[in-house]
Amino acid sequence: MALVLSVFEQGFIFAILALGVYITYKILDFPDLTVDSSFPLGAVVCAVMIKAGINPWLSLPVAFIAGGLAGLVTGIIHVKFKVRDLLSGIITMTILYSINLHIANGQANVPLFSDNNIFTISPFKNVLEKVGLGDYNIVLIVLFLALICKIIMDLYLKTKSGFLLRAVGNNENVVTSLAKDKGNVKIVGLVIANALVALSGAIMCQHQRYFDISMGTGTIVIGLASVIIGINVFSRLSFLKATSTVVIGSIIYKACVATAISMGMKPIDMKLITGVLFLAILVISSFRNGGASND
Amino acid sequence: MIELSKINKIYNKGTVNETQLFKDFNFKVENQDFISVVGSNGSGKTTMLNMICGSVPIDSGLIKINGQSVTKMKEFQRYKKIGRVYQNPSMGTCDTMTILENMSLAENKGKMFGLSLGTNKKRINYYKELLAELNIGLEDKMNVKVGLLSGGQRQALALIMSVMTPIDILILDEHTAALDPKTAETIMMLTDKVVREKKLTTIMVTHNLMYAIKYGNRLVMMHEGNVIMDKKGEEKKNAKIDDLLDVFNTISLERGNSL
Repeated sequence: MALVLSVFEQGFIFAILALGVYITYKILDFPDLTVDSSFPLGAVVCAVMIKAGINPWLSLPVAFIAGGLAGLVTGIIHVKFKVRDLLSGIITMTILYSINLHIANGQANVPLFSDNNIFTISPFKNVLEKVGLGDYNIVLIVLFLALICKIIMDLYLKTKSGFLLRAVGNNENVVTSLAKDKGNVKIVGLVIANALVALSGAIMCQHQRYFDISMGTGTIVIGLASVIIGINVFSRLSFLKATSTVVIGSIIYKACVATAISMGMKPIDMKLITGVLFLAILVISSFRNGGASND
Repeated sequence: MIELSKINKIYNKGTVNETQLFKDFNFKVENQDFISVVGSNGSGKTTMLNMICGSVPIDSGLIKINGQSVTKMKEFQRYKKIGRVYQNPSMGTCDTMTILENMSLAENKGKMFGLSLGTNKKRINYYKELLAELNIGLEDKMNVKVGLLSGGQRQALALIMSVMTPIDILILDEHTAALDPKTAETIMMLTDKVVREKKLTTIMVTHNLMYAIKYGNRLVMMHEGNVIMDKKGEEKKNAKIDDLLDVFNTISLERGNSL
């Protein structure tokens, strides 16, 4: 039971990350590696704020904004300096590694074991404990947060600005014909995406109760795997919105990893599992699509 | 009015393949001209359109639209007053979005793309009326993704979308070339109607000499970056396909081809 709960807890936390990756990878068609450092950026911002005694709930919007700034940097490098998409992300990722360490005051990890976090001062906690469901506190909070992000994103994608974002990834030409600067639209997409990623990092940091500089390594793979599972497995269920499938994809992915670990693989094999599983997903989905495409 | 003066355009500058397509090229389009542009491949027809729209930079010269220089303006800024339909029907629409969403985007051109709702239910009937005029049943497919439409349907939609907001200039870049003859005919008739109704200044590049003769008030033939034929008014009305073919053959012979 604890294992199942932990799958859902992590699944919902990474679902927020996956929603961000969905924007860059699926809507913008932009392979954004900024994610590997905007995730720990959110975490470190949150850790430092908690250590300073600030309300952990307040750290979430701050992490969100910090992530947005990281996306802004990648966007400006790509759009204004005309650096290729992949390289723009790599540049920001590399720069942010040092920035993250600076924010953490030079420490490679910040333990938060004895500090308050959004789960210890949750509005649900007391109620749930009274009825003996205290174990579900964490999963309910992360479900709540993931749902809010999903709903806001669904609403945003229906606005005029959201339409423009969808158009720029689908056919840049249309955006130019509308007398709009396609570069600025891409920047907006990268800002929103990395803001979500950093928010996910901030929640993850409170869930595992420490910040670690290397916690971002491979984040993009987790995000991509969730998006690809979600889109490919559920693409035929038209009643499910793409954002919903991405959330479910994240949970399935975490379940796969948890299964591999419970079958005797060691925690040090984590990234090995992550990578191999991602490869398997790519290969399977490319076969399902007749081998013609790899997304 | 569009004015191109002393335009120089060199491709592959500084390489062995360097070619100067335009040398001190001048061209003037009057208000409400509907110009058909013909010419062989590589004659500079599409490049001229791209230079006007800003999709291709020029090396030197001046481009004016309605008396105002747009030479330094970016492509997207010029499109405020320009509508464009491309040869490839998928260029003018978003295939992952529905007809309704595409038309809503098009109608909002020139306005803010903020956080208000992307589609306006009150406008749906208006969109349907616009589509119903086409007589191809698009008005019943408002919520169908554009990617599921045929090339002709998409091109018709692209044309409607390009003129949904007030524009001065319509650029048509071989916009019937990828369509079957019957659909091409429909699109051409629609084009003519729209241009007349909205009093647009139009430049249409085409390889279809019949359309070039039939539509518009001015006929221009280009060759190696020069205008080698420019028929207006009565002269244009009396032009025959054979006249055009004769000139084409002469050009071809000059290049060393035999008949």
